[in-house]
Amino acid sequence: MALLNRNEILETIDMVEKEHFDVRTITMGISLLSCIREDAKTTADLCYEKICKKAENIVKVANTLESEYGIPIINKRVSITPASLLTNSFNGKEIVLAKALDRAAKTIGVDFLGGYSVLCQKGITKSEISFINSIPEALAVTDRVCSSVNVGSSKTGINMDAVKLMGKIIKDTAFKTAEKDGLGAAKLVVFCNAVEDNPFMAGAFHGIGEGETVINVGVSGPGVVHHALKAHKDSSLNEIAEVIKKTAFKITRAGQLIAKRASEMLNAEFGIVDLSLAPTPVMGDSVAHILEEIGVDVVGGHGTTAILAMLNDAVKKGGVMASGNVGGLSGAFIPVSEDIGMIEAANKGAISLAKLEAMTAVCSVGIDMVAIPGKTPESTISGIIADECAIGMINNKTTAVRIIPVPNKDVGDNVEFGGLLGMAPIMPVNPNGCERLINRGGRIPAPIHSNKN
Amino acid sequence: MKAIVTVIGKDKPGIIAKVSTNLAEKGVNIEDISQTIVQGNFTMLMLCEINENKLSLIEVKNSLVELGKEIGVSIHVQHEDIFNAMHKI
Repeated sequence: MALLNRNEILETIDMVEKEHFDVRTITMGISLLSCIREDAKTTADLCYEKICKKAENIVKVANTLESEYGIPIINKRVSITPASLLTNSFNGKEIVLAKALDRAAKTIGVDFLGGYSVLCQKGITKSEISFINSIPEALAVTDRVCSSVNVGSSKTGINMDAVKLMGKIIKDTAFKTAEKDGLGAAKLVVFCNAVEDNPFMAGAFHGIGEGETVINVGVSGPGVVHHALKAHKDSSLNEIAEVIKKTAFKITRAGQLIAKRASEMLNAEFGIVDLSLAPTPVMGDSVAHILEEIGVDVVGGHGTTAILAMLNDAVKKGGVMASGNVGGLSGAFIPVSEDIGMIEAANKGAISLAKLEAMTAVCSVGIDMVAIPGKTPESTISGIIADECAIGMINNKTTAVRIIPVPNKDVGDNVEFGGLLGMAPIMPVNPNGCERLINRGGRIPAPIHSNKN
Repeated sequence: MKAIVTVIGKDKPGIIAKVSTNLAEKGVNIEDISQTIVQGNFTMLMLCEINENKLSLIEVKNSLVELGKEIGVSIHVQHEDIFNAMHKI
């Protein structure tokens, strides 16, 4: 103990006991390219077997590490090769694969399996259209499968045909799970610049540039950052940025240690550590409350975007020094229904979709877990997606839309998804349409700064 | 393997005796110990060597957590590496 300071030991214990510090997820990425066969059943069976074999011990290993290090590991997850690459030869029967993936997730005991995904940022094949059309049913008949569709990138521009299609798919997904307030749509993300090593759901998939099996770890800790800032009531913003950086460093180091051990024990490559301040709906685990601690009265007020930009950047800087392989999304998440501070702000009418859109220009993701009226036109949802993609494309960052048009509910109603997905009031969307824009189709060309060769 | 044992709770007679007896019974060697009382709150930190051929850290931990419940203090047992990782560059 000579080398360890007692305050440091007690600080770590307090982080866990009082400030909700945790490893949010250990996610094993598994390549399923070796499972591709002509017919749906054989492919699905092979996928099931491979996932169960590779990730057999993921829950056991996570529990052991949680116990040894005394840091809670909340979720154990699996991400797979974008599934649309596996279904080319059995269009129309994609659901067979979705069900097998769900069974595999249940057998090994992971809470979510991500990668029922398509990458169509430039063009889209007939097979991919068939796959995308299977998403609403896939998310309705499975419990743990998550889906994502990448419709744009800084390198390729935005595939507006895919954007149009996804407006419809999001709505169909919500309505197919209408009895659960459109929960299916909470498991579906539309991306621009999707990352291939993201451990967080619902957007995780195992990129085709990745190896056979890889461990990616997501660490969180909005409560720890919030707590650290409480001791700095009168500090200037550059001092605040330093505090956030140091805190992020410590959190990421814990993630790095656990990621390294987990990959050794699971016989997989160590991929990345993703330090993302990911809130949960419990008190003391809110990103919004960090922004309010720093100085906006209610999140959504003027100044919110500026503070969020600093927070996101300081988190990345602390994280980068702490781990040799920082990746994924790394930054701050601003889901509405999953963050108690955001829920409070939405209930007060302090935060709008317009402000959220501005915030996504400087945080690590996008419009996330926002409930909107079920009657919102498909084209308007496509318009929201297009706006987010434009922000991502021009700023060289990941943006995403995970939005839930809640069937038979309207502004003034509330929706409760339960668990980590939380609850939210239905937020109004801009009533002015964009159907003519969306119906044009085609592609928004890649921006000038994509031409770097 | 080296582990840090942390005992936190309301001070009362016999805490050190009970914790160290439990460790001794398991063949766990205490290499360093530090203890203070701040406003009636007892805080003890111990650096221990666990012989993994005899018992795993998790077994030692489970037993001490139970003991903590019996005597009304909170006991943590954690691998030393987590503190080194988080607080040393």
